[in-house]
Amino acid sequence: MLKVENINVYYGAIHAVKNVSFEVAQGEIVTLIGANGAGKSTILKTVSGLLRSKGGRISFLNEEISSSEAYKLTQKGLSHVPEGRRIFQQLTVEENLEMGGYIRNNRENSRTIEDVYDRFPRIKERRRQIAGTLSGGEQQMLSLGRSLMSAPRLVMMDEPSMGLAPVLVEQIFSIIKELNEAGTTILLVEQNARMALSIAHRGYVLETGKITLEANAQALLNNNEVKRAYLGG
Amino acid sequence: MTLVYLMINGLQIGSIYALVALGYSMVYGIVKLINFAHGDIIMVGAYSTWYLMSRFSAPAWLAVTATIVMCSVLGVLIEKIAYKPLRKSDRLSLLVTAIGISLLLQNVAQLLFSANPRMFTNIFTGSVSIGERQFSNATTVTIAVSIVIMLLLTLLVKHTRMGKAMRAVSEDYETAQLMGINVNNTISFTFALGSGLAAVGAVFYCCSYSQIQPTMGSMLGLKAFVAAVLGGIGSMPGAMIGGLCIGIAESLTKGYISSQLTDAVVFGILIVVLLIKPSGMFGRRMNEKV
Ligand SMILES: Nc1ncnc2c1ncn2[C@@H]1O[C@H](COP(=O)(O)OP(=O)(O)O)[C@@H](O)[C@H]1O
Ligand SMILES: [Mg+2]
Repeated sequence: MLKVENINVYYGAIHAVKNVSFEVAQGEIVTLIGANGAGKSTILKTVSGLLRSKGGRISFLNEEISSSEAYKLTQKGLSHVPEGRRIFQQLTVEENLEMGGYIRNNRENSRTIEDVYDRFPRIKERRRQIAGTLSGGEQQMLSLGRSLMSAPRLVMMDEPSMGLAPVLVEQIFSIIKELNEAGTTILLVEQNARMALSIAHRGYVLETGKITLEANAQALLNNNEVKRAYLGG
Repeated sequence: MTLVYLMINGLQIGSIYALVALGYSMVYGIVKLINFAHGDIIMVGAYSTWYLMSRFSAPAWLAVTATIVMCSVLGVLIEKIAYKPLRKSDRLSLLVTAIGISLLLQNVAQLLFSANPRMFTNIFTGSVSIGERQFSNATTVTIAVSIVIMLLLTLLVKHTRMGKAMRAVSEDYETAQLMGINVNNTISFTFALGSGLAAVGAVFYCCSYSQIQPTMGSMLGLKAFVAAVLGGIGSMPGAMIGGLCIGIAESLTKGYISSQLTDAVVFGILIVVLLIKPSGMFGRRMNEKV
């Protein structure tokens, strides 16, 4: 479904992503794990068109998207839940969801909004509230809900567990799993490697901009190096 | 009665400031640029209406409509040609570019129409008397139409798809793109809207103060900018209230103190706001991102 081949991303002189290639197949949960600063967010931003790769090729649903503008990718079925939730703080909860469904019509949106509310009842209670007043967990739910509004084929999530209490992390991960079971393909970027690998099918390990390991999730959980570096021994 | 009279005159010039201040504020909200060329759009609007009416004897409604369209297009072009290539540069380069555009517009106007003032014929002639005072129709039309425009604009930003996209882009343009919002179109729309409002302001201004000249946009623009800062730059209700407040402050100064002090009072307000509450009446704190 998503195929990334040999991308290189620079911030000025900093070579943040080095010759990275990976693939996500229809129906999978694939995780990209790595320490802070490894280049995970940079990779997601490059896929979604916010940053550009020097050379290489990115294709989505067999169509090259390496030079597509970011706003056009939503229409193709790609959704990106950015790091740090990035909800629109001054808009209401419901307006945030409407923005998520910006590319669709009102009728489709009102139906999808109900689905999102069913999935996240806490959000429904707060629908008229200014989104900036939500708690961190609620904001993450809103950010996830907002990304579902465009009925995406592939959702890329950048550290959805960041800064959340363990109960909420559990909840978010079980929602991701449910979404996947309902047919959405997921690319999950995480520092919380144990949680990510527990729901993923496959994983890639990223170290200072390079992919160093690729295996199915179970094998990565049992890999000694992964255990030492990412799972705390 | 004097007070009421001064208040109404204050509302009249204040409505014009408000229309212009909205342009400053909307553009600042969306591209974080103080568009110093905005005041000169007023001047372009004034010359355009005057030219169409005096040279082509165009009916007023046609001249005004054509002027609004022309100013909107000009605003969009300025953004596309001068500001867009600098979107990723530092703010100072943008600011200097804006000042450059302002000078360019003034000089082109001087070239085309000379520096001599031209006389604009009021299109809302006649007057109504309330008590022993006379109010020109230009005054009442300015206030009434401006209020209607501001209400419509509020509804547009609050409820329409484009209005919501404008708010989303001004808050976080990267995330807005991830939602499928075409940021370039949203920015163009904002410039078109702001410049269109400046054109309307220009027509109202000229109907009450008939002289037009190439530099007329500077002072008017600067005062509207003060209004936008007073209200809280980036805030639309702030621009509206700020504009009306500046207009009333000017009118009261003229009536009770001295007409020579109006400019001093306006810029005094700017200094006080910047000292006491730089974010203005409706401004958000600057560090809104956590
Ligand atoms: N806007 C930026 N400007 C310069 N360097 C950046 C920028 N964003 C990220 N970097 C650098 O790129 C590298 C990768 O960052 P990032 O992709 O955010 O990592 P991760 O998401 O894995 O924590 C880091 O060294 C970081 O300092
Ligand atoms: Mg990151």
